[in-house]
Amino acid sequence: MSANGDRERLGARAARALIVVAGLVAAWQAVVLAFAPPPYILPGPARVAATWWHRHALILENAGTTLTEIVLGLLLGTALGVASALVLARFGAARRWLLPLLVMSQAVPVFALAPLLVLWLGYGLASKVAMAVLIIYFPVTATFHDGLRRVDTGWLDLARTMGGSRRAILLRIRLPAALPALASGVKVAAAVAPIGAVVGEWVGSSAGLGYLMLHANGRMQIDLLFAALLTLAAIAVALYFAVDRLARAALPWQAETGPGD
Amino acid sequence: MPPAPPSPDPAAAPPPTVRVAGARLVYEHAVLFDDLSFDVAAGRITCLLGPSGVGKTSLLKLIAGLTPAGEEGRVSCDDGRPADGRVAYMAQNDLLLPWLDVLGNVTLGATLRGEARDGARARRLLAKVGLAGHERARPATLSGGMRQRVALARTLMEDRPIVLMDEPFGALDAITRARLQELAVTALKGRTVLLVTHDPLEAIRIGDRIAVMAGRPATVDQAPAPPGAPPRDLASPATAALYAELMARLMAAQDQGTAA
Repeated sequence: MSANGDRERLGARAARALIVVAGLVAAWQAVVLAFAPPPYILPGPARVAATWWHRHALILENAGTTLTEIVLGLLLGTALGVASALVLARFGAARRWLLPLLVMSQAVPVFALAPLLVLWLGYGLASKVAMAVLIIYFPVTATFHDGLRRVDTGWLDLARTMGGSRRAILLRIRLPAALPALASGVKVAAAVAPIGAVVGEWVGSSAGLGYLMLHANGRMQIDLLFAALLTLAAIAVALYFAVDRLARAALPWQAETGPGD
Repeated sequence: MPPAPPSPDPAAAPPPTVRVAGARLVYEHAVLFDDLSFDVAAGRITCLLGPSGVGKTSLLKLIAGLTPAGEEGRVSCDDGRPADGRVAYMAQNDLLLPWLDVLGNVTLGATLRGEARDGARARRLLAKVGLAGHERARPATLSGGMRQRVALARTLMEDRPIVLMDEPFGALDAITRARLQELAVTALKGRTVLLVTHDPLEAIRIGDRIAVMAGRPATVDQAPAPPGAPPRDLASPATAALYAELMARLMAAQDQGTAA
C-alpha cells in the first residue's frame, strides 16, 4: 500500500513540476511575443533551446567542470561540517570557544572572500571547491550540531543506566538520532553549493558554467547565457532531489513518521 | 547443597534492599520533598503510588543515578555495594531506537558498553515475552503493546538485580496492560523492583508491597500489602476493600495538595 502510494505521490509530484515548468516557459514566450525585445536582451525559449542544441558539447563540457566543483565541495564541506559538529557535541570546551567563532564567521560575506581564494588557490578547481565548502560548511555544521543536542532525554537516561560511556552514547544514540537533521542540512547545502562554485568561476576561471555565462554575456550571446543558466538550474534541482532520495534510502525509519503534507 | 562456584557476575548475587535517605527535591522554588526516606524491599515488587506531580519519577531517577537538577539524596544497598551499575530502567515511553531492529534494541546495553552481543539469549527473552519471529522488525511496524514487550525484553536482557519501572504500562489498553502485568510479574520474580504507577488497581494486581507517596513536602508511607501472590484477581472482596482504602488515601492527598 505504501509503495503504491509513494509511486502515486511521485507521479503526481512529477506532473505538477512539469505543469509549473511548462507554465513558466509559456509566460516567458508570452513576454517575448508581447514586447518583442531584441534577442540580445531577452531571447525566447525556442531560441534558447536551439542554442542549447547547437552548442551542447560546449555547454556540457563546462557543466562537467562546474558539477565536479559542486560535488567535491559538497563532499568536503559535509565531511568538515559533520566532524566539527561531533567535536562541538563531544567537548564542552570546543563548544564554548568555537561556537561563537563559528557564528561570527557568518558575518563575513563569503562572496567577498572569492577574490582572495582565487589569489591564494589559483584559477583552477581548488578555489571553486573552497568557495563551495565555505558556503555549505555552516548550514551543515549548525543543523547537525542542533540534531546532536536535541535528543530525547529518555534515550540518554536509558543509555546512562546501561553504563554507556559519553563516547558510546554520542556514536550510538546521538549520532543516529541526528541523521535526519543532518539530511536537512545537506539538502540546503546541495541547493547553495552551486552558488559558491559559480561565484568562484566569475571571479577567475577558464572553465565552468559561470565562466561560460560571463563570457557569453560579454559577447552579447544572451541565448548562450540563458542556456548555461538553465543547465546550472537543472544541475541544482537534480542534486537536491538526488540528496533527498539518498537520505530517504539511508534513513528508512524516518519515512515511517510520514511526510509533512 | 553443593558449593556454588565463585561467580564473577555481580547480578548472580541475591538482590539487595535499596535504601533512600535524606532525599530532597526543589523544583522551581517549591520543595517537593525534603529529608525523605524510603526502602525498596529486596527481591520484591514494590509499587509506588501517588498523585501526578508529587515527585515519584524524580525519586525513581535518584535511585537510577540520573539525578535531575535540584535533587539530592543518598542511595545505598543493604549489601554495602552501590546501586550504580546494578539498575535496569524502564519508562512509560518504550524508548526503542527507531533505527535499530528489535534484536538491536534488546541488545543495546551490550552495544553501548562495547561488549559482545548475546544474540541467542536475546532471542530466548524475546520468545519469553511472546515476540519470537519479530527479531528483525523495526519498532515503527509494531503495536504499542509489542513495543513495550520489546522494552521489557531489553530490561530483562540487562539482567540487573534492581529494576526501576516508571509507569511502564500506562500507555497501553486494558487488555494489553493486564497481559503485560502478568508477564512482568513472572519475568521479574526475585528481583528488587520499584514500579511507579498512578493506578491503584495496577499496584494491587502486581505489587508485593504498596507504598503511597503524598503531601508537600511528600513522604512515603507503606500501605497494607494485598493478600495472596501476584498477579492477583481483582474481583475478590479483599482487593476491593484495599482499592477503596488506597483511593481514599490518594484523594485525601490530592485535596490536601490543592488546598495547600
